Amino acid sequence: MQRFYRRAIKDILENRFLTAITVITIALSILIAAAFALFFVNAGDMLNFWQKGIRMMVYLKTDATEAERLDTKFRLQGLEGVQEAVYISKEEALARLKAQMAHHSALLENLKENPLPDAFEITLKPSTRNSEELGFLAERVQALPGVTEVEYGQQWIQRFTQVINLFSLAGSGIGALFFMATLFIVANTIRLVLYSRRDEIEIMRLVGATDRFIKIPFYLEGMIQGGAGTIIGLLLLYAGYLALALHFAPGMAGGMIQLRFFSVGVCLAVVLGGTLIGWLGCWVSLKQFMK
Amino acid sequence: MSEENADAIIRMFHVHKRYGSKSALKDFSLDIYKNEYLFVTGRSGAGKTTLLKLLYLGEPVTEGQVLVDGMNLSRIARNRIPHLRRKFGIIFQDYKLIPTKTIFENVALVLEAAGRKPSMIAKKVKSVLRMVGMEDRMNAFPQSLSGGEQQRVAVARAAAGDPKIILADEPTGSLDEESAEVIMSFLDTFHSRGATIVIATHDKELLARGHARIIQLRDGQLWSTEPA
Ligand SMILES: Nc1ncnc2c1ncn2[C@@H]1O[C@H](COP(=O)(O)OP(=O)(O)OP(=O)(O)O)[C@@H](O)[C@H]1O
Ligand SMILES: [Mg+2]
Repeated sequence: MQRFYRRAIKDILENRFLTAITVITIALSILIAAAFALFFVNAGDMLNFWQKGIRMMVYLKTDATEAERLDTKFRLQGLEGVQEAVYISKEEALARLKAQMAHHSALLENLKENPLPDAFEITLKPSTRNSEELGFLAERVQALPGVTEVEYGQQWIQRFTQVINLFSLAGSGIGALFFMATLFIVANTIRLVLYSRRDEIEIMRLVGATDRFIKIPFYLEGMIQGGAGTIIGLLLLYAGYLALALHFAPGMAGGMIQLRFFSVGVCLAVVLGGTLIGWLGCWVSLKQFMK
Repeated sequence: MSEENADAIIRMFHVHKRYGSKSALKDFSLDIYKNEYLFVTGRSGAGKTTLLKLLYLGEPVTEGQVLVDGMNLSRIARNRIPHLRRKFGIIFQDYKLIPTKTIFENVALVLEAAGRKPSMIAKKVKSVLRMVGMEDRMNAFPQSLSGGEQQRVAVARAAAGDPKIILADEPTGSLDEESAEVIMSFLDTFHSRGATIVIATHDKELLARGHARIIQLRDGQLWSTEPA
């Protein structure tokens, strides 16, 4: 096995330019495809975060009595999909608003009376965290006596989900395209090497070398190219990720969401995949070449 | 295949070989015996190289049958061809050395392909190169060698795997008398160790060395055999 490696390495060194071009092209393909994948991973995280954070605000009539309020609370908690209903009085709401607008609190100081309504903040069960269920629940809440208005980020979440879905469709397409491209590049490089070595291969056969003996170094070569290209592509992506994370992450959602890279396991799987593509590309070429 | 001959290592029955419409061998039959020393002669284009090629499946026969050491070449499975070729040590008319490999690597290739141990390979390669006087050029590349030197390397490669049969196509074609003698006594050594030697040549001096059967081809047919 060791001498097969030696032959493969020697081949790579003898075709340095060709190998370099191949590895770079594979690296770029992987970079682009993996960048898409990474985008989905993080977009998915974000969507998840927002969905978890979905709250429904239920505003009450201004003249609601204590009894009406309690009644509404019981009714809300009885609705399917509601996890909890927390009462937020208008005083509490104003205090929160003042805290959030700390620098501009002077604006609020001048208010003669509190313009905010009493409200319930509803947190939802996981099963309700999609726009359809949300809409359905909102209608039922709206129908309750004592409720004037229901507010939630329905439209916005829905649109975001659609965009993500569209992107992931495009992403799968692009991924498949780059898979083909990488395969084609490796196959082509190996084909060129095979062609430049055709006399040598013929001589090897004449002196009794088996196909296996002849092919193994080429397989190794393809796998080394695929693996090396993938590693370089991932390293480039990681460098880009670090730069992005350093510059933009602190500003995102008040640091609540963290950008993340692929896990070590996923990286290893990608490198393995690249190596496998190298193997496959070689297989394609050899199949054509060794009739 | 009617007459059984236990001593024949190669048998050719009514072999025809055509390249397109051109006939290179016509209805050619021949037995070559174990440990025989056989010369194949005839003028250029008579079919000598073609005859050798048919034996190691460098070319398939068009018609007829070839048996080599019990293997029927028209029925041989593709993956058995390397085994067939390892029975032969072949000295090609055009040497067929690999230009990107050193002399050592060229000779070692035969042994590597046969799956020999690396430690054994180095020893064996050096020993055959010494026998043809090329040991000191071990690390040179073929293109830096003269034609005669390349031929000697080709001979060393053919012998490295201790083959049962050595096929030599003009093994002394570009050699002076002295070097030719080195090669011939080298082949003699292998013959005395039990190898079958088949040499295609029109070198009269070689033919005059005696002790061998000489067959002459003319236009792809057996013309004469000496001693008859
Ligand atoms: N690959 C080929 N394609 C077409 N014709 C061929 C091929 N190989 C040989 N021939 C023809 O077959 C005939 C026999 O060729 P062969 O090479 O066997 O001759 P030879 O006896 O070895 O000649 P020489 O002494 O010149 O080496 C020749 O007429 C040659 O032109
Ligand atoms: Mg010839």
